[in-house]
Amino acid sequence: MPVSQETVEFLERQARVIRRRIIHMIYAAQSGHPGGSLSATDIVTALYFHFMRVDPGNPQWPQRDRFILSKGHACPVWYAALAERGFFPIDELVTLRQINGRLQGHPDMEKTPGVDISTGSLGHGLSAGVGMALGLKMDGYDARVYVVLGDGELNEGEIWEAAMAAAKFQLDNLIAFVDYNNLQLDGWCSDVMPIEPLRDKWRAFNWETFEIDGHSMRQIVDTVETALQVRGRPSVIIAHTIKGKGVSFMENQCDWHGRAPNKEEYERAMAELEDGPAVARPIPW
Amino acid sequence: MEWKESIPTRYAYGEELVALGYELPNLVVLEADISKSTQTYRFAKAFPERFFQMGVAESNMMMVAAGLATTGKIPFASTYAVFGTMRACEQVRTFIAHTHLNVKIACSHGGVTPGNDGVTHQATEDLGIMRTIPRMTVIVPADYHATRKLVRAAAYHMGPVYLRFTRDPVPVIYSAEEEFVIGKGKLLRSGDDVSLIAIGDMVAIALEAHEQLAGQGIRAEVIDIHTLKPIDRELIVRTARKTRRVVTLEDHQIHGGLGSAVAEVLGEECPTPMRRIGLRDTFAESGEYRLLLRKYGMDAAAVITAVMELMQ
Repeated sequence: MPVSQETVEFLERQARVIRRRIIHMIYAAQSGHPGGSLSATDIVTALYFHFMRVDPGNPQWPQRDRFILSKGHACPVWYAALAERGFFPIDELVTLRQINGRLQGHPDMEKTPGVDISTGSLGHGLSAGVGMALGLKMDGYDARVYVVLGDGELNEGEIWEAAMAAAKFQLDNLIAFVDYNNLQLDGWCSDVMPIEPLRDKWRAFNWETFEIDGHSMRQIVDTVETALQVRGRPSVIIAHTIKGKGVSFMENQCDWHGRAPNKEEYERAMAELEDGPAVARPIPW
Repeated sequence: MEWKESIPTRYAYGEELVALGYELPNLVVLEADISKSTQTYRFAKAFPERFFQMGVAESNMMMVAAGLATTGKIPFASTYAVFGTMRACEQVRTFIAHTHLNVKIACSHGGVTPGNDGVTHQATEDLGIMRTIPRMTVIVPADYHATRKLVRAAAYHMGPVYLRFTRDPVPVIYSAEEEFVIGKGKLLRSGDDVSLIAIGDMVAIALEAHEQLAGQGIRAEVIDIHTLKPIDRELIVRTARKTRRVVTLEDHQIHGGLGSAVAEVLGEECPTPMRRIGLRDTFAESGEYRLLLRKYGMDAAAVITAVMELMQ
């Protein structure tokens, strides 16, 4: 079903809210990963506020769609989306990474309502998604499994073990995103461990592949709509993104992978996210 | 000592899985391309729609098992013990144990029982690794019948369980009627002079040593600790108080496994002179299972030497 312009604009506004929440909670915690959270924000927003069938009042509803943040360090974006969807109070976001809190430094399925599987050490989320997709098919549920992968974690061999398995079992209820911000912790992906030609790799593993601008809400929603119609194979959406997207001084800066803003940086970031679109930047691919 | 019958415990695993498959519609089995070896092929034949062949990719297999468990399935993930506990160790620790998912890591080729295969296939550190992981239950059945019963108990136990089976045949020491409870060790022989506390295939060795010691007038108590974790503290303390001498027997390094676990219990509750039988900080090699036990000081003769040291 085509997605209306009204919906796209709603999602764009919602993504800005999520970005503010991310900056706020990482500032409050003085710890966390802003860069990869901001790059995945538009994808996560589209899923949680348009596509996913979940019930915040019954997080364990067996027929719900599943979400896996395989790049678990970006959990501020997930926590913000869950709180905005009503899984837990928005006020709780500032307890990120604090002792006795429910919002662990990396997602914990036993502590946080709405987290379907713990993640955080890289390379495992797609495999867990294969297991969920198999289980849901066994039960005859029409539920989907969405997995957000980092680009750096594609260095892990287990990702490709999972890719093989997903194709073998023809998991058309599994949709993966690559949050391709092109930066990993030690530098550019192309320097640390080149992953190109990335789309060819997924094609070679018998996946349906898409390549989009991961900050264009229109492209995100239209592509997910298309992927939902694919039968007989899993889909991957390679989403070109910008690490730190939305906060000009965080964009494309490795340094903002895992550090918290100080007071002055926090105020600048919040002002940028309040006042309209951030400075338009050329996308690096 | 002559044993009437010896059977690899992995056979019992394969057979019990099929029986459980009829009872538990949500039981699923994952396999890493060694189903004839782990014996899961039996389940695959009976329940093809619940058998997932994952290929030679154990890390992925453990995480797929975790994902299946989140949808209410009871996954048994099978491979060799070296791969299940070492290659996929982080997956098991962080995403099965920490998450307390209902996955059973059911592994063949424990200890030096894949004798001829050599070190790559002999898991001799697995128990120590699994025992340090919080929330993990660790079970090593001693024989065919114990395996049938304990695999069944594991299937009905909520939470992660590590099960270790033998590749090579090991003596049948129990009857089919014997009952087992996870966490409750079994007193197999009573005696006052020394306690032989054993696990897995080494329980038969303890029984052999018991018989030989009896011939020398030494009455040994023999205990089967089939559940390494949670360990039966009460039984261990009771036997140590009675005999004041303890020898542990494990087909594993003497570090980290049963010997360490018993020493921890006794150190806290009843300090007792001990000897530990097992691999002494060394890897084994290829060779016939019984010959390896002899060469590496894990046979009945080695147990008797240890007992004599304690008796002096």
